[in-house]
Amino acid sequence: MIQITTPLKQEVLNQLQAGDLVFISGTVYTARDAAHKRMFEDLNRSGSLPFDIRNQILYYVGPSPTPPGQNFGSAGPTTASRMDVYTPTLLELGLKMIIAKGYRNDTVKQSLLKNQAVYLVAIGGAGAMLGKCVKNSEIIAYEELGPEAIYKLEVENFPAIVCWDTKGNDAYIQ
Amino acid sequence: MKKITAEKIKEAVKEACLSIQYRYSPKMEEVLKDYMGKEEPGLAKNILKILLENSDTASENRLPMCQDTGMIVVRMTIGQEVQIVDGSLREAINQGVREAYDVGYLRKSIVDDPIFDRKNTKDNTPAIVYTDIVDGDEIVIEVAAKGFGSENMSALKMCKPSEGLNGVRQFVLETVKKAGPNACPPLIIGVGVGGTMDYAAVLAKKALFREIGEENPDERYANLEKELLIEINELGIGPQGLGGKTTALGVFIEHYPTHIASMPVVVNINCHMARHTKVVLK
Ligand code: SF4
Repeated sequence: MIQITTPLKQEVLNQLQAGDLVFISGTVYTARDAAHKRMFEDLNRSGSLPFDIRNQILYYVGPSPTPPGQNFGSAGPTTASRMDVYTPTLLELGLKMIIAKGYRNDTVKQSLLKNQAVYLVAIGGAGAMLGKCVKNSEIIAYEELGPEAIYKLEVENFPAIVCWDTKGNDAYIQ
Repeated sequence: MKKITAEKIKEAVKEACLSIQYRYSPKMEEVLKDYMGKEEPGLAKNILKILLENSDTASENRLPMCQDTGMIVVRMTIGQEVQIVDGSLREAINQGVREAYDVGYLRKSIVDDPIFDRKNTKDNTPAIVYTDIVDGDEIVIEVAAKGFGSENMSALKMCKPSEGLNGVRQFVLETVKKAGPNACPPLIIGVGVGGTMDYAAVLAKKALFREIGEENPDERYANLEKELLIEINELGIGPQGLGGKTTALGVFIEHYPTHIASMPVVVNINCHMARHTKVVLK
């Protein structure tokens, strides 16, 4: 069982291989369509993002509301390709790991390689189980976007599969 | 004339919306277990196991199985002997959806306009509603919560009649290949063939309301469903697109007469959630 904890270490990332099942514990930031759009508006306006993205993990998810008695709602991955246009810029800014589901385009894959970052996929449709891995959550930006706001999550043993590793191996059968 | 109140319809829609979010249907669970048994030890088997566990976790914690709790599609057949009283049918349906998404802590995923602003309606309405008037004195309400990871990978082709059976086959396989991991395999494939461009899509959606294991009553189509399922699973896409024998769990085809000049084909993709149910009001 491969465990990954944050802060991320480059040596650990370099050892990951496409197809590895890993369990992540630590800090993860969320962002999907609307949050990406807003981050880019912020970048263009003020030159900075609402959080320091260097060495961080970004998870593409729009959770369901948190019911009483739970730490978080259901929280499985959303389709990555809609974020492809934004991703290389974020990788250049130091983002190190992305968790989502589905194909990435070549520009994103090349940018991942160049920046020695990795793309992992979480299991689409395992939202309840993935939501239960979230021990703590806090909205840190764009609260008005509801499920599309940026959350800072503390996760424990969050399962994901390495899809594109730092050597350019792809776990998807294409 | 038989009278059914709008309130009764609202309650039925609400209950239906809630009944499909927190657990796989018993039949779906069975089918997933079967496929899990057929996968070799490894990633594909593990993923199917996690999906089955997810259904338990969801029902124990009353968390929806998936955070994309879908857009509600309602198919209603209304007996012509029935009169709907004390309110509007459409409002009753939307109110049922609204209440379910509120009390069920389900994600509200609907925007008010597809191009401009895209403002969230904040209550997951409106639903897509199809009605059909038939003989009889009851109302049948079928409700589905359609996820859009899979909806986005659906496709239409106006095939030439000369493309025939092979044309349909190729288009279904091509669409599933393109969908790959994006649609969260294992998948359920709804195919609509015939009618007009729009009606083929309605048929494909209708196909997705079939319970898994149910076959087309026409033997030729039932055989095509079985063959396509085998061919899709031979693609090797596997659970979550990471390789394996389980790419699809079912292929459902609905057909209708069409024009001498055409053979419309729509492939509507659904994921393993396959959230749908049926209520009969008498
Ligand atoms: S396609 Fe299905 S399993 Fe995947 S995110 Fe959408 S609803 Fe969930």
